[in-house]
Formats: sequence, C-alpha cells, structure tokens
Amino acid sequence: MGKLSPYLYLLPATVILLLFRFIPIVLSFVISFFEWTITGPAGFIGLENYQLMMHDPEYWQSMLNTFYLVIFVVPTTVILSLVFAALLNTASFLRGLFRTVYFIPTVTSMVAVSIVWRTIFNQQSGLANFLLEKIGIAPLGWLAESDGIFHLLFQNLGINLPAALGGPSLALFAIIIVTVWKSTGYNAIIYLAGLQNIPRVYYEAADIDGASKVKQFFKITLPLISPTTFYVLIMTTIVTFQVFAQVYMMTGPPIGGPLGTTKVIVYYIFEQGFGEAQNLSYASAIALVLFLIILILTIIQKRMEKFVHY
Amino acid sequence: MTKVGKFVVFMLLSIFGLAMVVPFVWMMVTAVRSQLEFNKGNVGFLPLEKHTMFVDNEEDTIISIVMVDGDSTYVHFYDEEGHIERAFVKVPNEGIVERTRLRIHWENFIDAWNRAPFGRYFMNTIIVSILTLLGILVTSSLAAYAFAQMKFKGNNLLFTFFISMMMVPQPIYLIPSYVLLNNLGWIDTYMALIVPWLAHIFTIFLLRQHFKSIPRELFDAAEIDGCSRFGILWRIVIPISKPVLVTASIFSLIASWNSFMWPLVMINSEELRVLQVGLSYFSQESSTLTTLLMAASTFSIMPLVILFIVAQRQIIGSVARAGLKEG
Repeated sequence: MGKLSPYLYLLPATVILLLFRFIPIVLSFVISFFEWTITGPAGFIGLENYQLMMHDPEYWQSMLNTFYLVIFVVPTTVILSLVFAALLNTASFLRGLFRTVYFIPTVTSMVAVSIVWRTIFNQQSGLANFLLEKIGIAPLGWLAESDGIFHLLFQNLGINLPAALGGPSLALFAIIIVTVWKSTGYNAIIYLAGLQNIPRVYYEAADIDGASKVKQFFKITLPLISPTTFYVLIMTTIVTFQVFAQVYMMTGPPIGGPLGTTKVIVYYIFEQGFGEAQNLSYASAIALVLFLIILILTIIQKRMEKFVHY
Repeated sequence: MTKVGKFVVFMLLSIFGLAMVVPFVWMMVTAVRSQLEFNKGNVGFLPLEKHTMFVDNEEDTIISIVMVDGDSTYVHFYDEEGHIERAFVKVPNEGIVERTRLRIHWENFIDAWNRAPFGRYFMNTIIVSILTLLGILVTSSLAAYAFAQMKFKGNNLLFTFFISMMMVPQPIYLIPSYVLLNNLGWIDTYMALIVPWLAHIFTIFLLRQHFKSIPRELFDAAEIDGCSRFGILWRIVIPISKPVLVTASIFSLIASWNSFMWPLVMINSEELRVLQVGLSYFSQESSTLTTLLMAASTFSIMPLVILFIVAQRQIIGSVARAGLKEG
C-alpha cells in the first residue's frame, strides 16, 4: 500500500487525462490519415487531406482571415491593456470600481455578448449606426459588408485600392472590435500586477532627476514590464487563433458571414467536421495545422521566458 | 501628480470604463423596449416611445390617424400591446397630441423566458456545472496532494505530462473526442459534458502550489498522532485550504457555465441543451425578436455577473497572481 499509494491518489486524474486528452490527441493524427465516417475508419488515404488543403481556397481564405484577426487583435489588446493598467496604477479615485468594470466582459459568456454586439451592429436599428448618424456619418453595412476596411476607407478619398490590399472585411473588423473589447480587461489586470511589482524607488529617482511622467513610462515602465508584455502577447495570440464563438454567433448559421470573409480557422474546422460536409478526417487535418502553430508559439514562450527576465 | 494630471487620468479611465459597460447598458435598455419601437430605429439609451395619442379627461390612448375630416379625425385606438382596440373612431382634433413617454416593458423578460425552455437550459447548466465542479475538486485534491507531499518515482515526469496536456487547446481534440465519445455511446448524454472535464489541470496546479506551502511540521505532527495519509488530507490539508478551493471552484463554475463549442457539438436533443447552446439556438430561430434576445442575454449573464461581484477579490486576485507567476 505505502509504495503504491501516491499512484492511487493520481489515478483518477491520470485516467481522465489519458482517456480524454492524450488518446484524442493521438487519434487526431490517425484520423487525418484515414477516410473517417462517424462510426470509424473507412480506408487509409495517407496525405491526401494535406494535399487537398494546399488547393482548397476556403482553407486559405480562413487562414488569411485568422491572420487578419491576430494581426489586428493582438497589438491592439496589448497596447490598450497596458494603457488601462498604467492609468489604473496611477489612479487614486474609484480605482476598485474601474478595475471591476474593466473585468466584467471577461466573465460574461461570449455567446450572450456576441448576441448583444450583433444587435449593436444591426444595420437598421443598431447602436453603431445610430451613433454614426449622430456624428453625421452614413450608416455602414457592418456584419453584412464583405468589402475590406482599407478599401472602404480609401474609396472615401477617391482611391480604388486593389483587392489584395483591401484588408479584413468590415464584418471581420466588427469581430475584431468584439474580441479586443472582450480580452482587454483581463490582460489589464495581469499588467496591473506587473506594474505594482516595479519598485517605487526607480520612479522616485527619476522624479529627482526631473524626468517627466511620459519619459518615465518609456524609460522605466516599458523595459521593466517587458516579461509581462511578452506573456500577454503570446497568450493573446494563442487565444486569438482559437476564436470561434463570436464568429459563430455573429456571422454563423443560418445566414453566414459575407462571402466567407469572417470564416476563421476554428470555424472552418467546425464547419468541415460537423456541418453538412461531415468530413471529420479533413477537419482533423486542419486542426493539426492549428496545433502546429500553437505548439510553436508555446515553445517560443517557454524558451523566451528565461531570456526576458532581468 | 498635479491636479490636472489626476483629472486627465480620471477622465481617460471613465471613457475606457464607459466603452466596457455601454454594450451591457444598451442590452438592458433594449431588453425592456417594445419591439415596434426598436424596429422604428428608436434605439437611444432610454426606453422612450413616441406616440400619437388622444387625450381626454378620462385617459390617454395611443392612436393612429386614418383620415382628417374637418374639425375631427378618424383614428384607430390601440391597446398597450399595440393591437387595434377600436377602429375608425371619430375624435375632435384638439385632443390629438404627439407625446414621448418612458415605458419599461418588463414583460419582455417573461416572454423571452417562455419562448424557449430556458428553465430547462438553466437546470442542465447547473447540473453539469455542479457535478463537474465536485469531480474536479476530488480528482484535483488527490492528485495535487500526491504531487506536493509524496515522494515517488516519476513525479516530475507525470507533472510535465499534466502540464503539457493543459497546453493543448480544445479545437485540437474536439473532433477525435467526438469520435471517441460516439463509440462510448455518450453523445447526447450528460456523460459527454461532464466526464471528459473531470480532471482540471489548472486546479491541480493551483492546489499543488498551495499544498507545498503548508509547513512540513504539520504533517509530521499529524503522522506522530497516528493520522493516516488520507486522514491528513481530509482532516488537515483540505480544511486549511478552503480559500484556494473556493477560488478554484469559482473558476471551474465560470468555465462550465460559459463553455459553448463542446456542448454545441456533443448534444443534439433540445432537452439536454445547456444554457449557452440553448441561447445560441434561440438567437438563430428568433433573430428578428431583438428585444427578447436582449432580455434572454440579460438573464443568461446575470448569475455570473452576480458571482463575479460577490467574489471579485478572489477572481481578480488570482488572475493577477497567475500572470505574475507566468510572466
């Protein structure tokens, strides 16, 4: 009993993890090499799925959309949450209240807030167009608009940008806004903890030397907070690669997004696996590409952790 | 900082804060607005309604004008629900006024609740969340105790295995899990929603850190007194770890309550839908009933918003600590 006992304590968690994490992960490799129906394998097809992927325009479109999402969401979230946190850190009045308010989007369900945002972006009676109208801007198509935001912007200036430079569609941009809104508060709290860990003496010394607050932010805060920045950067990237609920809720069935411009990679996996196609095998292959991307990001994070510390 | 500086900081914080809460405020206002007004594009931040009304000494009635006939006008009288009560009534012109009034349609909440089996959805979510939580507390306490306080071969290796499983995101194992659960015959059952989530690595990690911080002397003393290993866990470790267990429970509840993609895939029948899935179907089927959708969104997020307000110290505190540890 004595020698076995630790293993008995670990048994329940280990069994669950082996059965419902480890085996599925291994299985996903297997499935991607087989033709696979709901009931089981129906013939080995080797790398066929991966070849198919190379020539699947919808796959590349979803990759591009995901790329747009990451490129727009990650830097915006990192900068905004640092600014939030820096402001919170200097605030003396109602600080607790602000902290609470910023965090509320984090605990509310993506499904519910997506319904709210979908209504905000409603073309006829949404809040977004209502507010635009108040400041004299013509209503926009938002979730129904497949035109790229740069394209739309330059069009107003009389320049016709080529499609390749159009940027994410306005519909995807709406999803970008929601994603930033949802994730900023959480990261601000992480930043705030990092900021409070910077010894006050640095700022006191800078004050004596007559450095301005802005200069102090760039010369003291920014370098000393860089480990947190790195953490927030990588974690937000990993999370953003997995965006699903807001895309499904705001531009999902039955109507769908405009010309597939909001279809991100996890949505495409879902659609291939559980939509009409029911192609579990192909969906698994795409999921593995996502796995590879996230694995690389995770390894970078683990490696760099050692270097970015002072 | 100067007074001006403090004021600027306060203003900026307020603007950011407003951006965070405006969607929720608008949701609640729209939830109590009449659908008719919403469709008219009357979507400001107060549930105001603009009506043509007929006023006489008894009461004010909402009307619509059909035809003006000299000093009097033919109108339709409406009831509060917007149905025509009396048609083609002839009234004097001086009684007809344009009026804006504040009107709160509380009944939208009841209407939304009754349009889909939300009671059932809440019940399912509560059952799944509570059972998952209980399971997680048991498996995690046992595992964390072994990791933190026992010497055995493969401790680090097993812990690394646990942590690396934590790194794998859900979309990766969703499809093979579906295949696996289908073979077990668990698709469309509570089992599919509960059993795969009974080991929660973050909780194990959290508890292990805490159990490690308990002084050795406490264990030695208990052992001398003849307490068994399990007895130590049950009588000493668990009781002094209550705050950590509460924090872990809060996070588990939030995760279960908000989980969406997994139950969306694993459940087909309406009776087993959890709240998020039920809400998503409701939003697809009733996409034009905007005000009811806002009402449903409001009561769907309320339990967690209340939990958050009650437990915000623990929640914000542990997010801050997790970030520090990792960062």
